[in-house]
Amino acid sequence: MQAISERSATARKRLSSPIASLATVVIAVLWSLPTAGLLVTSFRPQADIQRTGWWTATSFTLDNYRQVLESQTSGRSLSQAFVNSVVITLPSVLAPLAIALIAAYALAWIDFKGRDLLFVLIFALQIVPIQVTLIPLLNLYVDAGLAGTYWPVWISHTVYSLPLAIFLLHNFMRGLPKELVEAARVDGAGHVQIFLRVLAPLLVPAVAAFGIFQFLWVWNDLLVALTFANTPGTNPMTVALANLAGSRGSAWYLLSAAAFVSMLLPLIVFLSMQRFFVRGLLAGSVKG
Amino acid sequence: MDYDFSEDVAKIWPALLFIGGFVAVVGGLLFVLDILPRWGKGKERLHMFGFLGPALILLAIGLVYPLIRTVTLSFYNNTRGKFVGLDNYTWIVTNDDTLIMLRNTLFWVVCVPLLATAFGLIYAVLVDKARGEGIAKSLIFMPMAISLVGATIIWKFIYAFREADQEQIGLLNQILVWLGMEPQQFLTSSPSNTFYMIVMMIWIQAGFAMVILSAAIKAIPAEIVEAARLDGASPWQMFWRVTMPSIRPAVVVVTITITIATLKVFDIVRTSTNGNFKSSVLAFEMYNQAFRLSDDPNGEGRGAALAVVLFLLVVPVVVYQARQLRKRAEIR
Repeated sequence: MQAISERSATARKRLSSPIASLATVVIAVLWSLPTAGLLVTSFRPQADIQRTGWWTATSFTLDNYRQVLESQTSGRSLSQAFVNSVVITLPSVLAPLAIALIAAYALAWIDFKGRDLLFVLIFALQIVPIQVTLIPLLNLYVDAGLAGTYWPVWISHTVYSLPLAIFLLHNFMRGLPKELVEAARVDGAGHVQIFLRVLAPLLVPAVAAFGIFQFLWVWNDLLVALTFANTPGTNPMTVALANLAGSRGSAWYLLSAAAFVSMLLPLIVFLSMQRFFVRGLLAGSVKG
Repeated sequence: MDYDFSEDVAKIWPALLFIGGFVAVVGGLLFVLDILPRWGKGKERLHMFGFLGPALILLAIGLVYPLIRTVTLSFYNNTRGKFVGLDNYTWIVTNDDTLIMLRNTLFWVVCVPLLATAFGLIYAVLVDKARGEGIAKSLIFMPMAISLVGATIIWKFIYAFREADQEQIGLLNQILVWLGMEPQQFLTSSPSNTFYMIVMMIWIQAGFAMVILSAAIKAIPAEIVEAARLDGASPWQMFWRVTMPSIRPAVVVVTITITIATLKVFDIVRTSTNGNFKSSVLAFEMYNQAFRLSDDPNGEGRGAALAVVLFLLVVPVVVYQARQLRKRAEIR
């Protein structure tokens, strides 16, 4: 396998053409231009931003970032929304992982009647768009007295991610050698022991791929947060940013800095773990 | 900095408490399951319930019940209201605003998957022969990692408008001025504003298409490429006779995936125009009817009906997608 891909790589190298290389670079630069423009703007003094285009920038400052993190411009500071994002994201990644892991184990390695049918049904639930669940879930949360806490958004993200998580982790577990599990059973290990001692260490790549996908999904989500965490005490950065864009749509010194604060973590994760990210993305492509 | 962050940081406690409690509950469940049924015959069954129980309860409450509830609600005017039959659905197809909304949704669903996939494919082919492939791909793919809200703000700044007698701060209007034209309000005139938003979505999704298709191109066996080259195939023939047939399944999967994402587009419209200027789309209007216009007694029922329409549109696409994925898995 290795040899083939190497040979095809050299075959392609020989085909490499300067025109294609040039086009690639030009398009990549054009593609990055919108982001670069806002990034440059976020470091310009407020007065300059209002007066001239970012392509003429000469002087730079950190004032916009300071202001957006500290001031109460949109009713609350962005740093509070940043903390909310963290508070929402951590449980919304860990809870579905744990619940999906044990469920996937049961579907993969415990024998019971109707197992395959149950698996197909869970997989099929991926079809349900989030929009379909919003009204009844919100009513449930309000009736349960959970409105204004983090619980609605935690529970919702967990539920939405379960079909995909169970599907992915189940497929990964079925791909592991059967002998591993059988040998452990012969040695007298129960399901809990097999899961924790034998399988858990092997599941790291699948857990990482799903974890990164889910992290970016929750961190970047607007719809779920807008519906279930739309109070000043709980709203994450996406909601704060969207509100800022609505109420102060021309305050670019605030918007630009706020946008980049919210993008910081996803970009770090993306740049450092691109491989896992692509894998999770491909697998999770029907979610939402 | 003189801002007091301690109050913000203190809010991290609920998350830590949740995680701690959660670990204790799951750990406790596993522990009990581990020690209890060493004896007795029902242990497989007990384990099955213990392992699957949490997921099944959550799925029943969070997905199955809401689905049923929303479908029934779509025949009522609101949660505590009266039965209205098909009124909510006839409202969707007879009201002027909703018809424009449906037309916009059609524009989105036709344009974004086609153009994003086409661009991703062209770029994947180009980059395959280029130096600095990794960096070039990262740059195109980057919009996938950031939030749609962030991406929309990036583009709103590109579209920013100033009166003609002022300096432009938006790049696109500056280009118009350089070309001797009048600056425009891109996001406020219908129907072109929908297309300016569609550009944002293509900007985001093209990277996804490119990465998946690039991987598919690299998986084409070298022998085939080499043989075609020895036969003297031109780059054009190479693309249509070798590359395209080999990656067709991937192209289909990418197009469908982007179609589903586009059907559910919400963040871009909400951040760009808030649905004003006749720019609404299905997923946005659902939210708008159900939650923003909550003083409207028919809002919830209409929102539910719009959600059901969205569901009905997504189902055939996802079913087709699942079939494609299974076919691909079988080939492998």
